[in-house]
Amino acid sequence: MTPPPPLTQSDIDGEIAGIRTGYEKARAAGAPAAHHPPRDFPPYRSSLLRHPKQPLVAVDGDPEAVELSGPVFGHTDVTELDHDLTRQHAGRSARRAHHRLRAAARQRGPAERGQLVELWQANASGRYAHQRDQHPAPLDPNFTGVGRVLTGDDGSYSFTTIKPGAYPWRNHENAWRPAHIHFSLFGSAFTQRLVTQMYFPGDPLFAYDPILQSVTDEAARARLVAAYDHSLSRPEQSLGYRWDIVLDGPSATWIEEGR
Amino acid sequence: MPSLPPTPSHTVGPFYGYALPFPGGGDIAPAGHPDALTLHGYVYDGAGEPVPDAIVEFWQAGPDGSLAGAPGSMRRDPVTGGFLGRNGVDFTGFGRVPTDADGHYTVRTLPPGAPSPVPYISVCVFARGLTHHLFTRAYLADGPDALLASLAPERRATLIALPEPDRDRTHRFDIRLQGEEETVFLDFG
Ligand SMILES: [Fe+3]
Repeated sequence: MTPPPPLTQSDIDGEIAGIRTGYEKARAAGAPAAHHPPRDFPPYRSSLLRHPKQPLVAVDGDPEAVELSGPVFGHTDVTELDHDLTRQHAGRSARRAHHRLRAAARQRGPAERGQLVELWQANASGRYAHQRDQHPAPLDPNFTGVGRVLTGDDGSYSFTTIKPGAYPWRNHENAWRPAHIHFSLFGSAFTQRLVTQMYFPGDPLFAYDPILQSVTDEAARARLVAAYDHSLSRPEQSLGYRWDIVLDGPSATWIEEGR
Repeated sequence: MPSLPPTPSHTVGPFYGYALPFPGGGDIAPAGHPDALTLHGYVYDGAGEPVPDAIVEFWQAGPDGSLAGAPGSMRRDPVTGGFLGRNGVDFTGFGRVPTDADGHYTVRTLPPGAPSPVPYISVCVFARGLTHHLFTRAYLADGPDALLASLAPERRATLIALPEPDRDRTHRFDIRLQGEEETVFLDFG
C-alpha cells in the first residue's frame, strides 16, 4: 500500500472554509453566535479522537454546585519576578524588542481582582523550553517563558516579555503557528476557568492556522488578537500591547458581592 | 451593566509542561494526614489509547464542607523563586497534575465534606486537541444526587470513583474523552 499523500495547506484551507460556510448559513438562519470553538474541529487533527461525542450534561440551577466557587490564590503563590519574563535570568534574553502586555481580566463586566493569570510562550526563535519541542531552533539560556501575576483591584494585569517566534508543527505539511502567548486564568468560580492564546496584530499566518481558525466566529476570533497601544510603549524599552480578557461561565458570588 | 462577549477558549497545546505543573500539585492533603485518600486513573482518547499530554485540575470542598479554599497551592520561596509546597496547615482545595507517559494521574487529598450529600471532587481536563476544557466530577460514592439521578445507569457509572478493594483508601477514576464508556462531561452554562 502506498501511504496517503501528505495533507497540504490547501486541504486544510478547504476544510476550514467549508466549516465557516456552514456556520454563516446557520447564523443567517438565526443561530446564536458561537463564542468558543467547537470541540470537534477536524482541520485541527488532534481534536479528532479527543472530543466527546455525547452531548455535555447541563448542570444548572444547582446553587450548591461546588463549581460555583473556585480555588483562590494569593501573594504566597507568586514572586516579584514572575510578571517580568525578561528578568528571570542573569543575562538578557534574545529579542528584537521587549513587549509590555497590559490589560484587564474581567467576568462579563465586573473586574476580577486578585485572580491568578499564568502565561507561557516560546522564545524569540519559536522554541519552547520543553524537551519534546523538536523545532530545531535554539533554546535561550536567558529566557524560560513562564509568567504569573495576580490581577489588581481593577482586574488589570501586566507582563513584560518578548515577542515569541512563529514555529512549525506537524498538523499538516508546512504548518506554522502564528506568534502567540498561552494564557491560563481563574475567575471567582471554577466554571469560569479559561485557557486560551493571545496573538499579535497583523500576523500573516492567521489565515493558515487551524487552531486560531477553530474559532469560527470572526468577531470572536478578533478578541484573541491584542491591540498595539502606543501609550503603553516605553521609550528605549518596550512596545505596549493591550489585551482584555472576559471570562465566561456563571459565578454564584459576584452579584451578592456587588462588584 | 452590559454583558461583554467572552474571550474564546483555545487548546492548552502540548508544551505547557514547564509552565503549569508545579511540585506538590497533586498533594492536596497534608503529608501523613490519617484521612488522606488517593484518587488516580488514566485519561483515554477515542481509540482507547492513553493520553500522555493531558493536564487535570481538581477543586473540592474541605473536609468541613467549606468551599472557601485557601491560597498557597503554589507557595513560593521569595529568596530563590522556587516552589515550597503547601504549608501543611491550610486546605487549598485545588490540585493540578499532568498525566505521565502512560496517561496516568494521581492526587492525594482529603475527603470533601458537605454541602453535597454525596461527596464529589470537581475535575477539569485540558489537553492538546481539546479546543475547550472539559468538566466532570469524581463522586467518591454512589448515592442520592440530582446529577447522578438524571443519568442512565451506564453513563452514571462513569462518574463514580470506585474504591479499589486491594488498596487502602484509594479510588480509581478513569477519564474517557470519547467512545464507548465515554465519561459524562458537564456544561455549567
Ligand atoms: Fe504554542
